[in-house]
Amino acid sequence: MNETIETILSKYPNAKRDALIPILQDVQEVEGHLSVEAVAHIGKYLNLPASKIYGVATFYNQFRFETLGKYHIQICRGTACHVKGSAKLLDAFKRELKIEAGRTTRDGMFSLEVVACIGACGLAPVISVNGEVHAGVVPDKVKSILKMYREKDANNE
Amino acid sequence: MYIEANGRQIEAKPGEMVLDALNRAGVKVPTLCHMAGLFPSGACRMCVVEIEGMNGLVPSCAFPVQEGMKIKTHSPRAIRARKTIVELLLSDHPDDCLYCVRNKNCQLQDLSEELGVRQRRYTGAKSECNIDTSSPSIVRDPAKCILCGKCVRVCEEIQGVSAIDFAKRGSKAHIATAFDMGLNVSSCINCGQCIMVCPTGALRETSNIKEVMDAIHDPNKFVVVQHAPSISVTVGEEFGLKPGTDSVGIMTAALRRLGFDRVFDTSFSADLTIMEEAAELVHRIKNDGVLPMFTSCSPGWIKFVEQFYPEFIPNLSTCKSPQEMLGAIVKSYFAEREGFDPKQIFSVSIMPCTAKKFEAERPEMGRHGIADLDAVLTTRELARIIKMRGLDLNDMQPQPTDTPFGERSSAGKLFGVSGGVMEAAIRTAHYMITGDEMDEMQVKDLRGLNGIKESTIKVAGIELNVAAVSGLGNARQMLDDIRAGKKQIHFMEVMTCPGGCIAGGGQPVGARLDAIKARMKSLYEIDRDSLLVTSYNNKYIKKLYDEFLEKPLGHRSHELLHTHYAQRDVLM
Repeated sequence: MNETIETILSKYPNAKRDALIPILQDVQEVEGHLSVEAVAHIGKYLNLPASKIYGVATFYNQFRFETLGKYHIQICRGTACHVKGSAKLLDAFKRELKIEAGRTTRDGMFSLEVVACIGACGLAPVISVNGEVHAGVVPDKVKSILKMYREKDANNE
Repeated sequence: MYIEANGRQIEAKPGEMVLDALNRAGVKVPTLCHMAGLFPSGACRMCVVEIEGMNGLVPSCAFPVQEGMKIKTHSPRAIRARKTIVELLLSDHPDDCLYCVRNKNCQLQDLSEELGVRQRRYTGAKSECNIDTSSPSIVRDPAKCILCGKCVRVCEEIQGVSAIDFAKRGSKAHIATAFDMGLNVSSCINCGQCIMVCPTGALRETSNIKEVMDAIHDPNKFVVVQHAPSISVTVGEEFGLKPGTDSVGIMTAALRRLGFDRVFDTSFSADLTIMEEAAELVHRIKNDGVLPMFTSCSPGWIKFVEQFYPEFIPNLSTCKSPQEMLGAIVKSYFAEREGFDPKQIFSVSIMPCTAKKFEAERPEMGRHGIADLDAVLTTRELARIIKMRGLDLNDMQPQPTDTPFGERSSAGKLFGVSGGVMEAAIRTAHYMITGDEMDEMQVKDLRGLNGIKESTIKVAGIELNVAAVSGLGNARQMLDDIRAGKKQIHFMEVMTCPGGCIAGGGQPVGARLDAIKARMKSLYEIDRDSLLVTSYNNKYIKKLYDEFLEKPLGHRSHELLHTHYAQRDVLM
């Protein structure tokens, strides 16, 4: 893992604290999340305390601190989806998976992320699972969607 | 230049902020986030005032003075705004003052009272937070936090540690360690300066009152207590005594009434520390040992070096701190002499410090599975148990401390102020090297509240460069300079808290700068008026060496009074 981060950091020679967010984005891009080790490493490189990096990273929705689930569910909370009831949809996913947004289920199967508009307002409320878009998702459909992916996984598809 | 405040002309300095000018003129404007000497953060908006010609209210802490400006500090509009702020702060506050450790000593409570908040006008969802009790020194209760940011700033800007920062945002914003982990695995050095600046009860010391009370009431325990050099000049403030009043006699009386079987003075073992530490310094100088040598009495500083500057670990004196030295002697020499099984003794120390609680739990601080110390109480906790027992220091008659660890030199007493350990050590090192007393015992360069104090001492033709540093931000600067070869220092004293133990993280909360100065002055007056100003002339110290320890740095000393340090891997 250290090598991955070293490679990323080498793209930022003599970096100062203003390079923090691009570095965090790059690390998350490659590793899927920001690990404790990664943050410690970046902190040493930029001479920034880990608490400060954590503060910056938690300020933005885009950063995660747990590995992504096998199926990563992005729930759109943009305006159109909101009007069409995405808040209730998010609650349904949280209830069903027993996790908060930004977290991953214990079995590592699902992770949940809240995203702003994903540009499919005509299909609202919309979610995306590993890039697969589901349109017009009402809370009642949550169980069946999760079941579908669990079966998919069991069948090794 | 002049400005007008509430119709009165007051003097202002160009470039300063309105709040500073108002404060100097005695005009009271409330604030929850302002920290004297640091850049204004303007976070709490409590200090808003009305300025003629300006539309909105202006935060006085962050607005520079202008010639002739007309200010109304308590206009109905300003007061209404402040009251609304307090009401909003209370909207998600637990509202549990009766159960709070800061009840009757809380800035939020005071403001609520001053502004006449009489009803819950806004009721929001209460913040759901886990109390962090992972640290042996500090408890964090984020539900009571009003996000003023002072703890974050003192940790970063004064102590150079940055164990905590703001995390998340909006209604989810809170103060967090990295990854919201426990303080015990963070880079926190346990100094407790965050507690000292916290306006509410969101930060407090880990309480050890119960263990101590249980031991006192256990007939099978022999309970011994020691009090640190600075306690006698600060504990009185909790009972309305003037800052700096030396209440050693009445405090001793109160400790006896509480039921402690023996009352000892940590200043005695400060003398012992000096014997060992001065001998160690002389040994290092004579044998080309690692220099500069750093003092090791301040446990926050020790952890700081272990995690941030491990390459300087060999520079730390191997001497245990005075509380641990006395703890070790009580459970060996004293136990033997009085015929006690060391396991029967419950040893308590009263410290100005939260990090001492952490230090007492270090596995190195004990022998054969028996810890040198069993519990550490802060000055605040001492005041609490005195009050709980229905006692008042004002009603006590002074009593002397118990022997054999009661007699102390005033050099030992100086351990309570920044520069004091150094001054005490120099007196004894001079004697050890030359065999003569110093002509002038007082080292004026090392006195006062400056964060970095330096001096050059001539001893038998050797010029010793010494420094006394307090506040770890300053220590960081010194270590960087030493590493870069910019400073040639032989001996450096570091105290974690700015000003030393008199302003430690376990002292009464809410002390102002003039109180800190009064405490310092009091300790120096004790030294000035003392007949015994050097540790090596303390006859009980001599006796302890004659009967038990043999000589400084001897075999028994190594076993009981010295320790070792190791690099710590924490998330920094």
